[in-house]
Amino acid sequence: MTTALCQLSTRDLISQLNSGVMSSVDLVTQSLQQIEATNGVLNAFLDVQGQVALDQAEAVDSRRARGARLGRLAGLPVAVKDNICQKGVKTTCASRMLENFVSPYNAHVIERLAAADAIIIGKTNLDEFAMGSSTENSFYGMSYNPWKEGYVPGGSSGGSAVAVAGNMAALALGSDTGGSIRQPASFCGIVGMKPTYGRVSRYGLVAFASSLDQIGPFACDVYGAAVCLEAISGHDVRDATSLDQSEVYVSGQLDVPLKGLKIGVIDEQMAETVNADVLAGVRHAIDVYRKAGAKIVPITLPHAKYAVATYYIIAPSEASSNLSRYDGIHYGHRAEEFSSLTDLYARSRGEGFGPEVKRRVMLGTYALSSGYYDAYYNKALKVRRLIRKDYDDAFKKVDIVLGPVTPSAAFAKGDHSKDPLTMYLADLFTISANLTGLPAISVPCGLNQDGLPLAFQLTGRALDEGTLLRSARMFEASVNWKGLSF
Amino acid sequence: MSELSREQIEHVSRLARIDVSGSEVVSLQASLGHILTYIECLSEVNTTDVEPMVHAIDVANVFRDDVVTPSLERAAALLNAPSTDGRYFLVPAILDAD
Amino acid sequence: MEYQIVVGLEVHVQLLTESKLFSGCVNRFNPDEPNTQTDPVILGLPGSLPVMNRQAFLLAVRTALALECEIARFTKWDRKQYFYPDSPRGYQISQYDLPFSQRGRLEIPASEEGDEKVLVRINRVHLEDDAGKNMHDESGRGGESMVDLNRAGTPLLEIVSEPDMKSAFQARKYLEELRLMLLYLGVSDCNMQEGSLRCDANVNLHVAQEDGSKIATPIVEIKNMNSFRNVEAAINYEAGRQFEQWKKTGQKMGDVSKQTWGWDANKQVTFPQRSKEEAADYRYFPDPDLVPVTVSDKLLKEVKAKIVELPAARRERFIMQYQLSKYDAGVIIDQGKMLADYFEAVAKQSGDGKQAANWMTQDVLREMKERGLAIAEFPLSSEILGTLIARVVGNKITIKSGREVFAALLEQAESRDVHPSDVDYLIQDRGLEVVSDEGAFGPVIAEVLAKNEKIVADVRGGKVQAIGPLIGQVAKQIKGADPKRIRELLLAAIGE
Ligand SMILES: [Mg+2]
Ligand SMILES: [Zn+2]
Repeated sequence: MTTALCQLSTRDLISQLNSGVMSSVDLVTQSLQQIEATNGVLNAFLDVQGQVALDQAEAVDSRRARGARLGRLAGLPVAVKDNICQKGVKTTCASRMLENFVSPYNAHVIERLAAADAIIIGKTNLDEFAMGSSTENSFYGMSYNPWKEGYVPGGSSGGSAVAVAGNMAALALGSDTGGSIRQPASFCGIVGMKPTYGRVSRYGLVAFASSLDQIGPFACDVYGAAVCLEAISGHDVRDATSLDQSEVYVSGQLDVPLKGLKIGVIDEQMAETVNADVLAGVRHAIDVYRKAGAKIVPITLPHAKYAVATYYIIAPSEASSNLSRYDGIHYGHRAEEFSSLTDLYARSRGEGFGPEVKRRVMLGTYALSSGYYDAYYNKALKVRRLIRKDYDDAFKKVDIVLGPVTPSAAFAKGDHSKDPLTMYLADLFTISANLTGLPAISVPCGLNQDGLPLAFQLTGRALDEGTLLRSARMFEASVNWKGLSF
Repeated sequence: MSELSREQIEHVSRLARIDVSGSEVVSLQASLGHILTYIECLSEVNTTDVEPMVHAIDVANVFRDDVVTPSLERAAALLNAPSTDGRYFLVPAILDAD
Repeated sequence: MEYQIVVGLEVHVQLLTESKLFSGCVNRFNPDEPNTQTDPVILGLPGSLPVMNRQAFLLAVRTALALECEIARFTKWDRKQYFYPDSPRGYQISQYDLPFSQRGRLEIPASEEGDEKVLVRINRVHLEDDAGKNMHDESGRGGESMVDLNRAGTPLLEIVSEPDMKSAFQARKYLEELRLMLLYLGVSDCNMQEGSLRCDANVNLHVAQEDGSKIATPIVEIKNMNSFRNVEAAINYEAGRQFEQWKKTGQKMGDVSKQTWGWDANKQVTFPQRSKEEAADYRYFPDPDLVPVTVSDKLLKEVKAKIVELPAARRERFIMQYQLSKYDAGVIIDQGKMLADYFEAVAKQSGDGKQAANWMTQDVLREMKERGLAIAEFPLSSEILGTLIARVVGNKITIKSGREVFAALLEQAESRDVHPSDVDYLIQDRGLEVVSDEGAFGPVIAEVLAKNEKIVADVRGGKVQAIGPLIGQVAKQIKGADPKRIRELLLAAIGE
């Protein structure tokens, strides 16, 4: 009987591989067996590259046996969200539009994972083109929360969250445009992080909203998130928004205590209509920090309440443009019947996109259309700056900002999908990190009375993932959180 | 809560080149209307003299050197094309250029 | 009723970079191997991202400075959204409200005759990426169009003039002068056949009214003109058509929206292109994948240092410095920078710019034309030609002997390298040196006169032109003798 991945710390997992207690082939085999056993129900993976993964694991094992120097993720099974391009493999974005699209190139993060000797075991499910908060918008069927039957795992990176929470992969990559890593991490009881915008190259990440998108890690624990971030971060000349000095190294200092840590707690957010269980989780986290010697400072972010409105102009506007390339001409779905070129476009896109993608593309098209630019897009860009300024002011007083990730724990399938605005409003706490570009992390902090995970969010200064991860670890080290053991 | 008109939805559908069926039009009239109404809260915010923030990071002058990198093989370029003769992407005769 | 043509031109020019504007994909004209010059960025594949080519931006700034534009200290790129098969991303990356340069000017001659000039104002110059190419099925109905993306992503400069040209001639001159400038700057090869320079013309008329006021006719944009001659012809045709249209309908600017007409070069007529049912709504917004560019004084200084003397200034200087005629200066400048450089080297070497210009515009250009050579391929270096002309100018050889040496050098160059020393060697070998010792003439003239008594009598009788054969006979014996001098000496001897 093997130990479920999340019962072991990532640090222990890596040292067991290093010391030969466990081989990568064993580990990957275990992952594949878990996928085999549970993916039929959970639908985390859209594609599993089992044999390729085993071959790579074997190669890593034999290099390790020969004493070769290996990368920091050597032999670990990693799952990748299916909006990240991997050469020779389908990248569907969970859309009918890209049902048969095979990428002829690798994303920067795929190259980084390979350089770190990670084993990519498959591509995970998501809301179509990363638009959604539940994976219910996948063309290939929703993913399910491994903690409770009939519940959503969150989204859009739901498949990646389920892969890690469900012990199918040691680590996973997601993308976070408005909370798409942190929210599913919180729903699934694992760690999920959105790095500073520009920390990780977007080259090869299928764009949803270019100025908000960022790739980040899922892991069972903070250490896992840290090593994964270290592996994938770094400057890439193929992404003009990739920051020049973007390497991170924190995993070695994670347990060094942060003396005199000042944590800002957002008055407005605490007072918002947050469910009692979520609020209790956040309060619990605050208590733990206080006991560990951190100073809790109340702060205000006066413009945070406009984040959803700002986001739902900027993100759909950028998306409406980013998704123009799916036109049935050069790749992707082409309608069988059409009467003209315009008709070919309209039908191919009408058939290829699901309802939520259509809604957002149309919303963005409307916001950018003649006569509306200043009232919508430009106005939103200005409010965006005010939101960022609030954070800049806050970070003069505190080192880190603490608050909820979501207003509620995971919800039952179908609960929010009736009214899109309700779903959008649930992104209230995660969106600001994308608008401002700041790094943020979701940290699990217990279960509610329904047995669903609770979490809190930390937001850090730009490029200060070090403090962010160490703060998260500070909490983690003080509690005894363990993930699922099935 | 104001809905968008059918004409507005149809206009946007043409601009976005997305066919929407009759029932989709009705649902979009309502949902886009709701969202746009909600978004009106931004008008409360005084943004006088505030610079628009296009990027999440404050970076300028990112260039690459004028150095040639390998092209994709033609077969790879055409790999995902819905219609091709092995040399070109094929599209129905472009009669309605607009 | 009289009318005035009003023309504004929109020129697109491909920049001479190694790689494309937003990716390392090779930038080369290559229609024969379609879709071999692409990469994920050019194909607009999901996940691909643009990164600006520094050299393209520098060439763009160089051009704008040469056009005396103001360079913006802050500039950005915007997405222009439209669906078309040659645009795989569904948007062009262009510049909307903050182009990198605005408000420049270019001087052109006002008319064929005279020295009067017109200053054409440049509204803006911006940098954008080119689209691919759609090849339409020409066989008839039902065929498919073919899309080649080799050209997609080529750096493209859009140069927009104000409507400052008042004739088709001026429009052609503007294009010629602009092209020449771009060639001198080395920013584009301006090959219209290959599409590296393309032009659209906005044309309308100002019709004079009896009360002295003017009425403007609706603006028509003419596309698809693939030569400067065609631009001129299309504008003239269009002006006539608009005037007839105006007489018929009385439509003024603003009565109808701007229309797009094509130019049929075979029929030499303009024809209406399908008008759009809805006005284009490009939904411009700043491209979030690209970051803004700021321009420092240092950068401007560096770029300025790379700007060579421009054709207009050089033309004036040639006239002043070398006393060239306006015509000769024009011929040399218009042949391009390489030829103008060659000319200047020859002028310096020979010490006589005017003579150098004569040789260039007559002998060198003729030989180039006959041999189908560019100046870079011309077998005689400027040093050789300069040396040869120096011998003529210094009266060491006659102009006739100079031509003989020139021909001989060209002939030798076919089998081996020729050097400046070959000039003097040939002069010596062929005994072409002008004889300055007039003592040698005495016996030869006496001999020739003795042998040609009849001609001598004719000349004495007043038929001076009969002397020609005598000059020839003397020249035959004394190589390098100046025929004018022989004539003088003969006449003197006959008169004694
Ligand atoms: Mg396309
Ligand atoms: Zn243009």
